[in-house]
Amino acid sequence: MNTRTVVGQNLRKVDGNKLVTGGAAFTDDIHIPGMLYGKILPSPYAHARIRRIDTTKARALQGVHAVLTYRDVPRVPHTTAGQAWPEPSPYDTYLLDSKVRFVGDRVAAVAAETRAIAERAIKLIEVDYEVLPAVLDIEQAMAPGAPVIHDEPDSTRIFDRERNIAGYILREIGSVDKGFREADCIIEREFRTHRQQHAMLEPHVTICWIDPDGRLVIRSSTQVPYHCRRQVAMILQLPVSRVHVIKPRIGGGFGGKQEMLLEDICGALTLAARRPVKIEYTREEEFYMARSRHPQVLRMKIGAKRDGTIVASQLTVLATTGAYGSHSTTVQGNTGSKVLPLYRTGNMRFECHVVYTNAPVAGAFRGYGCPQGFFAQETLVDEIAAELGIDPLEFHRRNVIRLGDIDRLSAQLGEGKEGLPRVIRSCGLPECMERAAKAIGWSQKRAVSRNGHSARPRGVGMACTMQGSGIAGVDWASAFLKMNEDGSFYLQVGASDVGAGADTVLSQIAAQTLGVTLDKIVITSGDTDITPFDVGAYASSTTIISGGAVKKAAEKVRAQVLQLAAKLLDVAVENLDCGNNEIFSLTEPRRSVAISDLAMHAMYKEKVQIMDGASHFNTDSPPPFCATFAEVEVDTETGQVDVLHLATAVDPGTAINPMQAEGQVEGAVTQGLGYALTEELVLDSEGRPVNPNFLDYKIFSAKDMPKLTTILVQTDEPLGPFGAKSISEVPINGPAPAIANAIFHAVGVRIRKLPIRPEEVLRELRSADAQQAEEVLAR
Amino acid sequence: MKTMELRLTVNGNPQVWDIAPGDLLLDVLRREGYFGVKRGCETGECGACTVLVDGKAINSCLMFAAQAEGREVVTIEGIAQDGRLDPLQEAFLDHGAVQCGFCTGGMIVGAKALLDRHPHPTEDQVREALSGHLCRCTGYKKPVEAVLAAAGRKEAAR
Repeated sequence: MNTRTVVGQNLRKVDGNKLVTGGAAFTDDIHIPGMLYGKILPSPYAHARIRRIDTTKARALQGVHAVLTYRDVPRVPHTTAGQAWPEPSPYDTYLLDSKVRFVGDRVAAVAAETRAIAERAIKLIEVDYEVLPAVLDIEQAMAPGAPVIHDEPDSTRIFDRERNIAGYILREIGSVDKGFREADCIIEREFRTHRQQHAMLEPHVTICWIDPDGRLVIRSSTQVPYHCRRQVAMILQLPVSRVHVIKPRIGGGFGGKQEMLLEDICGALTLAARRPVKIEYTREEEFYMARSRHPQVLRMKIGAKRDGTIVASQLTVLATTGAYGSHSTTVQGNTGSKVLPLYRTGNMRFECHVVYTNAPVAGAFRGYGCPQGFFAQETLVDEIAAELGIDPLEFHRRNVIRLGDIDRLSAQLGEGKEGLPRVIRSCGLPECMERAAKAIGWSQKRAVSRNGHSARPRGVGMACTMQGSGIAGVDWASAFLKMNEDGSFYLQVGASDVGAGADTVLSQIAAQTLGVTLDKIVITSGDTDITPFDVGAYASSTTIISGGAVKKAAEKVRAQVLQLAAKLLDVAVENLDCGNNEIFSLTEPRRSVAISDLAMHAMYKEKVQIMDGASHFNTDSPPPFCATFAEVEVDTETGQVDVLHLATAVDPGTAINPMQAEGQVEGAVTQGLGYALTEELVLDSEGRPVNPNFLDYKIFSAKDMPKLTTILVQTDEPLGPFGAKSISEVPINGPAPAIANAIFHAVGVRIRKLPIRPEEVLRELRSADAQQAEEVLAR
Repeated sequence: MKTMELRLTVNGNPQVWDIAPGDLLLDVLRREGYFGVKRGCETGECGACTVLVDGKAINSCLMFAAQAEGREVVTIEGIAQDGRLDPLQEAFLDHGAVQCGFCTGGMIVGAKALLDRHPHPTEDQVREALSGHLCRCTGYKKPVEAVLAAAGRKEAAR
């Protein structure tokens, strides 16, 4: 076997050149003659019925080519969640409807010759709304008498529409009652998480046109071109074969584009106007008309023995999906299935209600339910460790899942149905903990008891987290390779590079397997006419699942190459190997042929196209592991928390491109930092967004960043290509609990609500002071 | 719409364009095919539309095209010279500073303005210069390292 000259190397991105030179690579980087501008009229009310809608004036405006209301389009219940069929999300959404369910919901859409005309046209649409009572409070949604948000009869798969319950989950393994009876220490606490936005730099954008064959072409910034094709075909009542989805470069997705969000309405406008149409969200629209992270109220209870062994854990979640149930049960299912099994106890219980509210819609977001769950679990575990007088690092060492363990909760909690058990075949978590602890200076800094006398005390905290690598038994991908006469290869994959580097990683896997340099691989990804199927870029699946397909396809093509070389060189095929763009004999090194010569020979002498394809899926989802350590400084006068250092160690299996893998960690940590401290879409009492812009919705800038330390602890995962698992999601889970635990270490108060705003910290500090004063008086 | 004539230099080439008085420089540049200039927010908050105007980094979404009359504009398309990448572009590739690439063009243009003023900036100066460029992918560490490397400094960023 040749040594790895491509896999494991810090190679430049295969698509990097066009990105650093401003090449026209993204959805909107194209001029199409006659293209119209689409615009959606958003609902100004959180809950209303459209009594009357008059589009006469809008239609009469010069330059307007189409105006659509619910009366003009097919009524097909569907979900916008970009998930494998049959989607586990409720079918509760319509292209356009006579009822609106959140501020920003679609009322009507127009297509006009310029953006200015389109903006004027939507203002000319006269709507008479019957404003309905709205429910915005997550805890009021199930209350008797709460307005029913989905009272339409034709929606399906809603758990209990009368009580606004989109989905419900209850799973238990072992017996938590028995476990808690064995516990010496039981703590139960409530945690609250909030609405975070993806804020990818490229807003959602779609351009549609009808090609000369009369097919609908959709050029879109999507993570899920194949799901999008299937959904749009269903909604617009076209055969799948009449829809062509093209995914150009994507300017960030993070789950926000695992959603069929603009493609249906843009397609409908195109069919109505018979002209190309573009719809692009403005930044403001992106904030409240796209998707967000599900807010949750989590009640968690953990029991441990005196020696620190966890004997039972129980998590009860109330989550809101907003007005539509996109990803509702699956995100929340993850909050249980990927979080609780971090600890080895055989007694676990997870219960969750996912409720509708008249709020902007939640959806898939990097971490997919885990950031909420780990915030609760890792903050609670820190509290239990403190209660038992055990160092949190030591507490984790004793309790975390190990190599060879079987996570049985996952068997009960799959993608909206029964899942498959997870066997831990690779686990670098112990080393992750030790190395990240060292990077933050854990033992020295924990040895100093709280320096609470300083006005700006410092503290360190930690959290351990895990994720998955694809959805077991659901996610699958395929790849196709063909050789050109210069010895290069076309690699065609349905996978969608969202900016995380899939095109590069998949090309590296192909090049390594074929024994060629990276420049010999030319990749095309995410075009439903050209590339074979892939579920898309989500669930940390691309490297392991799409990469698995690429490796299989490349092995088949490699076999064809070697077969032909055997004939050409007159060497037994088992004595041949390839590497560095050559095929050579292992026994007689002088016998070799350049891949380019072989390719020429294949095409013009043998007259064969060397090519093959393969499909791939896994029945298990190997978890990547992560240890996050934070150091903070707390201003006790203002409650301001400054994060000084975040050290993150991740086990991604083999890092196919370590430099890119580090980049995934750093980006995820930064989003996790924003989730912990600053990022929240705030709604007013009427459900209107208060801060839909980058000034008031604060994401960290280069100047605001703490020191970041990134450590890759590579392991060898048997189910992954070249031992790879995944990396892009798991590091987002740790910053919030690690920071909350560091705050406790610094100033002795527990923060159980996100984001951690200065006023919350100050309130906790003052109530702790008041309590202390009372205790002193009582003595 | 009443039109007016705009004369300016873009990436060293003199141009004469018909524009409307209210057109933004961002929209005009994209209309003319400079797609590397990105629309991220249109309110001057994200920096994806950054171009150099007479050597100064500005958000082209906050400037009327008419204000560029007689000026020299440089976009990301004009940073490489004669097909040779600028050291900043090389460094962004070598340091893994590009992920989705949507903010990259503006960030490189912003860094270019910095290095033209301060060929040997400190890390804090780099972070200050990049603070007007929001990036949602990288956490800024690798872009900062890339800018420092392009300025001849080898150390890792914090």
